[in-house]
Amino acid sequence: MWFPRLASDRILRARPVDAPFALTLNRQNTDRIHCLNRQAETLGLHRGMNLADARAFCPGLVSQPARPDLDARFLSALRRWALRYCPWVARDGSDGLMLDITGSAHLFGGEEALLDDMRAQAERSGITLKLGLGDTRGAAWALAHHGDTTGALGPLPVAALRLDEATVTALQRLGLRRISDLTAAARAPLARRFGPGLLTRLDQALGHVPEAISPEPEPPHYAARLSFPEPIGLLPDVISATERLLAPLCDKLKAQEMGARKLVLTLRRVDQDSQQVELRLASPMRDPARILPLFERGLGAVDAGFGIDVMRLEAVAIESLPERQIGHGSRLRPDQLNDLITRIGTRIGLENIQRFLPADSHIPERGFVIAPAAFSQPETGWSSPRPRPLRLFAPEPISAQGPRPPNAFRWRRMMLSTGRAIGPERIAPEWWLEDDSWRSGLRDYWKIDTLEGRRLWLFYTPQNPGWFVQGEFA
Amino acid sequence: MRPDLSTLFPLRAGRVHEAYGPAATAFCAVAATLTRGTCLWIRESWAGGGLNPLGLAPLLDPARMLSARTDHQADSLAVAEEALRDGALSCVLLEITRPLNLREGRRLQLAARAGGSTGLCLIPEGMGSNASETRWHVSPLFDPRQEDSTLMRWEIKKNKSGTIGAWDVRWSQETRCMHVVSPPGV
Repeated sequence: MWFPRLASDRILRARPVDAPFALTLNRQNTDRIHCLNRQAETLGLHRGMNLADARAFCPGLVSQPARPDLDARFLSALRRWALRYCPWVARDGSDGLMLDITGSAHLFGGEEALLDDMRAQAERSGITLKLGLGDTRGAAWALAHHGDTTGALGPLPVAALRLDEATVTALQRLGLRRISDLTAAARAPLARRFGPGLLTRLDQALGHVPEAISPEPEPPHYAARLSFPEPIGLLPDVISATERLLAPLCDKLKAQEMGARKLVLTLRRVDQDSQQVELRLASPMRDPARILPLFERGLGAVDAGFGIDVMRLEAVAIESLPERQIGHGSRLRPDQLNDLITRIGTRIGLENIQRFLPADSHIPERGFVIAPAAFSQPETGWSSPRPRPLRLFAPEPISAQGPRPPNAFRWRRMMLSTGRAIGPERIAPEWWLEDDSWRSGLRDYWKIDTLEGRRLWLFYTPQNPGWFVQGEFA
Repeated sequence: MRPDLSTLFPLRAGRVHEAYGPAATAFCAVAATLTRGTCLWIRESWAGGGLNPLGLAPLLDPARMLSARTDHQADSLAVAEEALRDGALSCVLLEITRPLNLREGRRLQLAARAGGSTGLCLIPEGMGSNASETRWHVSPLFDPRQEDSTLMRWEIKKNKSGTIGAWDVRWSQETRCMHVVSPPGV
């Protein structure tokens, strides 16, 4: 199966465009056409063409950037779909599939009927498909790309042998334009001139040398399900069913050296309503005895209705969790804190448990970043050239004049008098970042020790005169 | 007879204490740093005046601290109870915004006893709970002798298992402990 317009078909299936359409890919610093639809092809555009040239040929061209990663995912979806025809399906390049239909064609009523079914299915889903049916892998490829589904290989051009451009050009210069010309030529001079690759390809296409189709393994599926002969409704029953689901899932995770990060337990009730319990873990985990207690809070909130008859547990997000050597001598288990974070996270949300990480900035508000604790590691390297306040708040204006700190001022309805002023420390805004609170320009920071005791962090904005309190020291 | 500060501080583990006053944040940071473990700082997400880890670093290493952001006080209390009962954290700091009733205060006390970690509530003035082990009033003092000083007055206003007293103390960055400055003459 060859999908000549895989990339553009993927886009046009979702959003049909009744105009010339092209996908562009930036190669060698130029936007070039990567894939295009039939309308664009009839207007004389071709692949590899410069986008600017294509626009000149065809002003109504609709274009958008190509996404080769999504195309690869689409092809793997098509591979799964093709498993309906036979169990032996492999990817062939970036836009084709190779099916070994030996022994499965009769299920569709013969080869012709099978091909008709493939064509009908592809047409209905809006995908351009070219088929090739051959006795060997090479023959099928040749017929799909250069032939007409079935037929003889002889009249096909030499390019149908999966050769590189240089070899094809050289063969054409020698006058060997068709495969039949090649088979008629003497083998020894060809091998001397082009190396063994050409003859291997020829033999593979003709069936003298075997070529295997190697289907990809299915990606491991981390889910388990359990159906009951009678619906259950009691909490201990649901918990023990969860335990039975966790055991095979965790075994599978262990075999693949993976750990679950997010688990979803779906409970289907007899009235076809289904409820989901989601568990996000603070660290990858595959120990059923530790995961089960973390589910208890979520399971307690489930409304069983007339009873639950199917339960399905799936690890939605997984991370690699290699085996580790366990230490000894530590009183606390290192996982205990992660379990606690998970338990708290089920109540207030995992991203609301945070930790501070140092950041490289002189601006007081940006001297640190706040990151979710479950997705970060503690870092060291906290240093500031001068003392910084313990609490920072939004700047609160006070009434004072002049660049020297006031002797007495009012703040939060308190009369305060300055005992000692340390400063100024000038901090300039980071002009490369847009920040509304730093619109007033430079700031001269002063540490004011008041006679009343409080130690405040004041700043004066010389470009836009005004005094503000921004923090309080220990 | 004024008791020795070392009998009361570091705070007794397995109990919940309270602190209020303008310098209560510094008190909490010092109390947490002396427990020598990871601590959790719980506050409500809407509250302004957040902690500055750069200012916290001389008192308490920010790498040892986690912070939890909750929607309302019921969540804060539930998180604090869970964290205290678990015992994986050495200190749980809770900023409260409305007074605790007897049941809530007692539940926190029981959770702290089960987990063996220290609990500390940062309370607004006059919102103390009857269940707390000790209650401290912490206010900063002007230090005429030294710049960059952290001179504070710690007054213990309530003590379930001892007498009350007041001390002028200063955090020493070199030795990482509190120094009692001079008897204030209570």
